[in-house]
Amino acid sequence: MISTILLIIKILVLIGILMGGFAYTTLVERRLLGFFQLRLGPNRVGPQGLLQPLADGLKMALKEDLMPLGADPIVYRMAPVFSLFAALSVDAVIPFGAPIHIFGQSVSLDIANPSIGLLIAFAFSSLGIYGIVLGGWASQNKYSLLGGIRASAQMISYELAMGLSVLGVLMMAGTANLENIVLAQRTQGWFFIPQIVPFVIYFITAIAETNRTPFDLPEAESELVAGYHTEYSGIRFAMFFMAEYINVLTVSGLAVTLFFGGWLGPSFLPPILWFVIKVAVFVFAFIWIRATFPRFRYDKLMSFGWKVLLPISFIYFLGTAAFVSGLL
Amino acid sequence: METTEPQRLMDGETMIINMGPQHPSTHGVLRVRLELDGERVVHAEPIVGYLHTGFEKTAESLTYQQCNTITDRLDYLAPMTNNLAYVLAVEKLMNLEVPKRAQYIRVLFSELTRVASHLVWLGTHVMDLGAMSLFFYTMREREVILDLIEAAAGVRMNPSYFRVGGLAYDLPDGFHEKVTALIKDFPRWMKSYRNLFEGNPLINERLMGISYISQEQCLAWSVTGPNLRATGLALDLRKVEPYCFYDEFDFKVPIRTEGDAYARFWVRVDEIYESMKIIEQVLEKITPHGPYTTSDRKVALPPREEIYGNMEALIHQFKLVTAGFPVPRGEVYQSVEGPRGEMGFYLVSDGGPKPYRWRARTPSFYNLQTLPILCQDGLVADVITAIGSIDIMLGDVDK
Repeated sequence: MISTILLIIKILVLIGILMGGFAYTTLVERRLLGFFQLRLGPNRVGPQGLLQPLADGLKMALKEDLMPLGADPIVYRMAPVFSLFAALSVDAVIPFGAPIHIFGQSVSLDIANPSIGLLIAFAFSSLGIYGIVLGGWASQNKYSLLGGIRASAQMISYELAMGLSVLGVLMMAGTANLENIVLAQRTQGWFFIPQIVPFVIYFITAIAETNRTPFDLPEAESELVAGYHTEYSGIRFAMFFMAEYINVLTVSGLAVTLFFGGWLGPSFLPPILWFVIKVAVFVFAFIWIRATFPRFRYDKLMSFGWKVLLPISFIYFLGTAAFVSGLL
Repeated sequence: METTEPQRLMDGETMIINMGPQHPSTHGVLRVRLELDGERVVHAEPIVGYLHTGFEKTAESLTYQQCNTITDRLDYLAPMTNNLAYVLAVEKLMNLEVPKRAQYIRVLFSELTRVASHLVWLGTHVMDLGAMSLFFYTMREREVILDLIEAAAGVRMNPSYFRVGGLAYDLPDGFHEKVTALIKDFPRWMKSYRNLFEGNPLINERLMGISYISQEQCLAWSVTGPNLRATGLALDLRKVEPYCFYDEFDFKVPIRTEGDAYARFWVRVDEIYESMKIIEQVLEKITPHGPYTTSDRKVALPPREEIYGNMEALIHQFKLVTAGFPVPRGEVYQSVEGPRGEMGFYLVSDGGPKPYRWRARTPSFYNLQTLPILCQDGLVADVITAIGSIDIMLGDVDK
């Protein structure tokens, strides 16, 4: 009974944290981009613009929810929900900190701790693509359609390299349970040192997974207006938006968990704070990259994924396998 | 020369998509009718006229001095070179003597606007490719140039600083120092820009070999300016038909031979350096104060002091403001090298104070014609590259 209540509380807290995290990631991004670009960014609502996300959220919620004539109503309405659902679900298996003790019980800081945690994370993050493809397809807009097609091609080809890049970690830790992967790094050291190449590949594919610059082809503003979400407005647009930023947090969280020792760190800070700091560094990198790089071209993106990232990660995967099994 | 009938990969499986007139990167109100086969462009057709303002007809009911303000608004990113082409045309028709100092100042401002215009192009072009930050940096530096224009002409965007016979006003105090400061800061700016795009594989990938056009095609479609020079022909009116004593300055005409977006990119970037060289040289030749307009009182307004004390000056002032000055019967064509290519004016005068025919040869209009060639067999992303790389200005296209 207590464990069920605890679980529900944990789910609510996690969703709250993710939503707040999303809101403030957008604020941080806009402020940082402002500084990168000789502007100030939003700084009028509340001190340093801290209430800006609230104002944005309110605005989005109150805007009219438009649907183009000729759009498929059910698919059109469900697509953003699907995207957001998939984005939120991934975080269920990420451990945010060391287990804590309340009411005489050991409570691990994740919603679920399945033995195949990593697989579940990848399964859900792959589901997110459906929201984008269906949204683009159901909008009855040519730009959206092109964005949807681009998204499906891009995500499918980058998912392969992403999956291969984390297999090394899996083998070194000897488990797919994310909490145990973190604990394995306590003894073996952070995995990004032996797995530096897979980490770089993971990071590149993570940017592609989240559709951010330089891989923001599905929503390429200067080409496709807004890509798959051209026709969306109001809260449904906000859901796509949330999904994108929560995905950023998620892939950062996964990167931290897999390669940078999760919540591990010197004991002068609590474990959960270490986790947050590491994720924040990743989020900053995402924003920095967005401020600097231009966009890939569609065909170059595909050949980069299939001809560069996939072979390298495969070779490194085989090498790691040989090393772990003692062949080398 | 005709564009060839598009070759389709799949029969009837193409999609027509209208890019623009409201689209983030068509630089205003250009509409491109794209025929797509998947992401591949089968045919691209620019449709213009959304910004048509009837400048040429309007000019026929204005005096020669009033027409000057219209030229500003053609290519509003490079108003000074438009002014220059127009005033030179009128001066040619009138056989007017212009003080040498005024001509030098005209060169100075023409080159300043060329730099300003190229900075806007650089920022927007790279932004179209997806890198947004550079735009803000180039706009910051353009602001410095606009401040200089404001100091001299009083306004930033549509200065009408060049007048028939010379300039509207003399240079303000401290102008030389400001330009010197700009020349000093300039290498630092360019360094910071180049850090962002030079050797960047993503940028090179988007530009190299993309939207190719051959020299023959360029000549057949009357393409001028950096777009032509990127195909290897060093045609620059400042060298070929020098005006305003351009032959006294030492500068190179940057050319490239590849004819693709990458070549056009670097021709423009190199041109910024050459323009700064000219600015440096011309600054040495200009005295801070001196004659800035013709002494012919039938053409240029007399100075204020004269009007208050001199009856004849008052009459001149009155006649010029109310009726304008008559221009001898005849026709003339005069062109200058604008940032986008040959900017020319063809004027026909019937002897009165208003032009009988006023025709602007605007470079962007001719350059835009090549869009179907540039987009041939490209991807959707290459259409954006093509539009950005020929550096069109819709005010210039639609007139």
